[in-house]
Amino acid sequence: MFGKLSLAAIPLDQPIPLITSAVIIVLLAAILTLVTYKGWWPYLWREWLTSTDHKRIGVMYVVLSLVMLLRGFSDAIMMRSQLAVAAGAAAGYLPPEHYNQIFSAHGTIMIFFVAMTFVIGLMNFVVPLQLGVRDVAFPVLNSVSFWLTAAGVLLVNVSLFVGEFARTGWLAYPPLSEIAYSPGVGVDYYLWSLQISGLGTLLAGINFTTTILKLRAPGMSYSRMPIFCWTALASNLLIVAAFPILTATFAMLLLDRYLGFHFFTNDAGGNPMMYINLIWAWGHPEVYILVLPAFGVFSEVIATFSGKPLFGRRSMVIATMAICMLSFMVWLHHFFTMGAGANVNAFFGIMTMIIAVPTGVKVFNWLFTLYRGEVRFTAPVYWSLGFMVTFVIGGMTGVLLAIPPADFVLHNSLFLVAHFHNVIIGGVVFGAMAGYTYWFPKAFGFTLDERLGKAAFWCWFIGFYLAFMPLYELGLMGATRRMQHYSDMSWQPLMWVAFAGALVIFAGICFTIAQLVYSIKTRDRRRDTTGDPWNGRTLEWSTASPPPPWNFTVLPQVSGIDEFWSMKHAGKKSLSRAAPPAIHVPRASPLGFLTAFSAVMFGFASIWHIWWLAIAGLVGAIALLLRHSWRLDTEVQVSASDIAKYETQQEAKPG
Amino acid sequence: MRVPIKACIVLVLLESACTSSGVLDPHGPVGGAERTILFNATVIMLAVVVPVILATGLFAWWFRAGNRKARRELEWSYAGRIEFVVWAIPALVVLFLGGISWIGSHDLDPRTRLQTASTPIEVEVVSLDWKWLFIYPGLNVASVNRLVAPVGTPLHFRLTSAGVMNSFFIPQLGSQIYTMAGMATELNLQADDQGTFAGLSAQFSGDGFSDMRFDMTVVTPQAFAQWIDAARAHGGSLGPKEYAELTRPSQKEAPRTFAAVSPKLFDAILATPGTAPHETPK
Amino acid sequence: MSALAEEIPLAERGPAPTRIVVSVGVWLFLLSDIVIFSALFAAYAVLAQRTAGGPSGAQLFDLKHVFLETCCLLVSSFTCGLCVLALERRSRTMIYVWAAVTFVLGLSFISLELSEFIGMFSRGINPTRSAFLSAFFGLVGTHGLHVTAGLCWLAVMMAQIATLGLRPKVAQRLVCFSLFWHALDLVWIGVFTIVYLGART
Repeated sequence: MFGKLSLAAIPLDQPIPLITSAVIIVLLAAILTLVTYKGWWPYLWREWLTSTDHKRIGVMYVVLSLVMLLRGFSDAIMMRSQLAVAAGAAAGYLPPEHYNQIFSAHGTIMIFFVAMTFVIGLMNFVVPLQLGVRDVAFPVLNSVSFWLTAAGVLLVNVSLFVGEFARTGWLAYPPLSEIAYSPGVGVDYYLWSLQISGLGTLLAGINFTTTILKLRAPGMSYSRMPIFCWTALASNLLIVAAFPILTATFAMLLLDRYLGFHFFTNDAGGNPMMYINLIWAWGHPEVYILVLPAFGVFSEVIATFSGKPLFGRRSMVIATMAICMLSFMVWLHHFFTMGAGANVNAFFGIMTMIIAVPTGVKVFNWLFTLYRGEVRFTAPVYWSLGFMVTFVIGGMTGVLLAIPPADFVLHNSLFLVAHFHNVIIGGVVFGAMAGYTYWFPKAFGFTLDERLGKAAFWCWFIGFYLAFMPLYELGLMGATRRMQHYSDMSWQPLMWVAFAGALVIFAGICFTIAQLVYSIKTRDRRRDTTGDPWNGRTLEWSTASPPPPWNFTVLPQVSGIDEFWSMKHAGKKSLSRAAPPAIHVPRASPLGFLTAFSAVMFGFASIWHIWWLAIAGLVGAIALLLRHSWRLDTEVQVSASDIAKYETQQEAKPG
Repeated sequence: MRVPIKACIVLVLLESACTSSGVLDPHGPVGGAERTILFNATVIMLAVVVPVILATGLFAWWFRAGNRKARRELEWSYAGRIEFVVWAIPALVVLFLGGISWIGSHDLDPRTRLQTASTPIEVEVVSLDWKWLFIYPGLNVASVNRLVAPVGTPLHFRLTSAGVMNSFFIPQLGSQIYTMAGMATELNLQADDQGTFAGLSAQFSGDGFSDMRFDMTVVTPQAFAQWIDAARAHGGSLGPKEYAELTRPSQKEAPRTFAAVSPKLFDAILATPGTAPHETPK
Repeated sequence: MSALAEEIPLAERGPAPTRIVVSVGVWLFLLSDIVIFSALFAAYAVLAQRTAGGPSGAQLFDLKHVFLETCCLLVSSFTCGLCVLALERRSRTMIYVWAAVTFVLGLSFISLELSEFIGMFSRGINPTRSAFLSAFFGLVGTHGLHVTAGLCWLAVMMAQIATLGLRPKVAQRLVCFSLFWHALDLVWIGVFTIVYLGART
């Protein structure tokens, strides 16, 4: 009846997950009680949970990301504190069975549920506005994508108090992840959660690629498209091309685990090396999926706050698309030490270095955008400058690791860990924070407090160096990754410095939260009444802050790059608001939310082998899809008089 | 202000890394060559990276909005010559490093025999949960969690795994190589100094991974011969039954030796990729 | 103004009409599906010789049976095309007729494939036996699942035409189905060539 599930699945003998789960459950219950008590459910359901508005969905993605940042970061604090004390004979406070789940969860959550969700959230909010259109190509699909991602998040978090998580690292290499070596439910939680959210991501990739290719304002040719949209296009093309590989590979591992197949087993001819090839054929494009939109953010921010157009725009676009294509040709550099031979290793090493060329070009172009500009030092600019300094170091260590003989002594060491945190934190996280502080006023109608934002930046910046420079050194000293304790006492001081760095980053996170809370409390002081708080260059700044559901009353006619900038300099403060017709906006739909509910049911049931419940979940999802497909009224009309009223209100605002 | 502080941190870290044991303190030709590549590549790239970091700070500061002395050109966004340089610099660096990569990959490929007149000693390595088994097929002894070798003699390794993937790594000697069940990887190393060097697995393999360490003891050829004789004098033989015992999961195994080894044991292990039990005995 | 409108490049004409947007979305989805199959094909290529002492493809595959399956699927692709032509003519009866023929042919394909699989299972030849068999059943089974899903989709389409009529949204969906069905055909040609014919070499 309940498959493998029993009360033994609850970790009553492990204080840390038990107490954490209890706290989370209490918090959730408190929030749900508050919402019920205040009668917010109808509003939340109508305006957010069933919303098909890309702006709302984008905000929900970012909220999900920030919440999961707290979980992923607590894992990091636990890892750093464990390693600070577990030197020599000391065993630390986290036994291996637990520690191994923590670092696996840390990587999985940070990549899939913090970085991906933040980047997709930013693209969701910004791209239609920058393209001068009303919404993405498939608004209901957008909602489904978000909620499938949320379903994956829920499953990973449920593993904290029902069962366990994978103990294999964030990529779950076989044979360790096969049923023979991981008989528990941990790897199943990992696989099902990522299959479900992976489907959501793939659908988002299809959605955004279609939007950028086929839904742009009149006159907006590809060459007039904002650079963030170019990077979003490259990133989404990569999603469409790479995520199916992940789906297929995980499906094969699931078949091995559930039905006794032999794709990657040690016996009966299975080939674990094939898993490693397939997973990295996805894995390398994945990191470019994350970093390309971050590059796009920096391009927008640096150009806007230098008061100059982006330098070398065309070569930026060429570099972006070159990175997009090259990212599929470098995957073997993740396992030079598997013994493929000199020619193969050298080829992939050289290809990896070639990808550093367009990346280097981008850095120079940002430099020359600053050159002879008028640089305003706002929080987004701090993040961008911090990125430029930090990312080139990470890029350098990356090229170093791309030399096979160098990799032979540094592979899987803490040097590697430092490198990828260097580029992910310096690139993706700093880009996410820059985008967050830059576009926040557009989303909510007021800017964030600058001082707290800069404090957050400094803590992240200094904290990052404190936390990861010691790891470079430790890797050179022979320390490998994923150790739960170590015998060489000379490593311990550096581990303490790294832990201190993690605490400084934690202060940065606290400042970010404080910034949000304080900014909301004092929002009237920093209202954005013009819609253009930064003297921006691209079309999103031509709308009100926040924009109306339909974004643009009349779609802009685009005649060049940085259309809004040209408009402002031609004397036009805002888009033509001549007599608007009625506008159709997509109707809200519960399909996303309900499909996610079915998906969680299906995933949880599959994990615990509760077959009747799994079938129910699957049937439920299909039934929902069928019911939705018979729906005829997919749009809501906003009447011309309502729009006219709205426009009059906007005209009356100061500024 | 930020830059000098960071430079100091980097220098201090580099300096202490040089004096501690690890990748930057090699004791063999392979590790030595790899360290040279690391240094050379880093220096070449720093020649680009340091100016870029300095320029970032400099440009941002000098062209700040409040600076009246700075010359502004708010429409300037393209210059062909700059574009050319901007593509050329990374391309040249990559070209140079690519050459190093190609040559280095071939010279230092794990399968490449070392350039030496001496006959290499054959060692067969099996990674188990969570310990290392070293078989000296030519000398008919085996050792668990301790690798002993004579100084200045090349070692030719054949490696496999009894179960999950591991990575055989002695940081102070050079290259690591994966060990995989059903497959034999190859590695060539040599120790040019006597001493004890730390060895480990560099590929996470489960609950006992952190203790999967071994010592590599490098001694004079005479001391090595004595060690072999001592091993042959004491201890049992490593046959299929003893090997099956070894495949049972255990942690923190004390080093021990076997007086004799079943012939073709390594090949038998290769032919039957294990599905050995993996859970730590409670 | 209309003369000028013809000179406006496609990229500058503003948001494309819904039918084009939907087509691009479906093409991207089909491409992603083909990537899934590519990964399965790659797995098959790597594992094809790893029979672990069990039967190999050359010993297992009945090419006559496979030829029959292929005929069913290829002809069903043709009749699917006829169905879309009937759609363009707005001829409801012929839509139902050709859809029914397509459905029957597709169902025959699935039945033939199922009989092949069940025959193998009854002889103890199943995916748990070897990596080759895992890859074979994984690839061909995934294709079969896609065909089954396609048949369900076709049935739903007929129900929608019956209840909602031939409105643009429904007509568009039928065209999307036909693209999916043709794509499955293409994948089958790959399967037929690489798996079944490839086993003979």
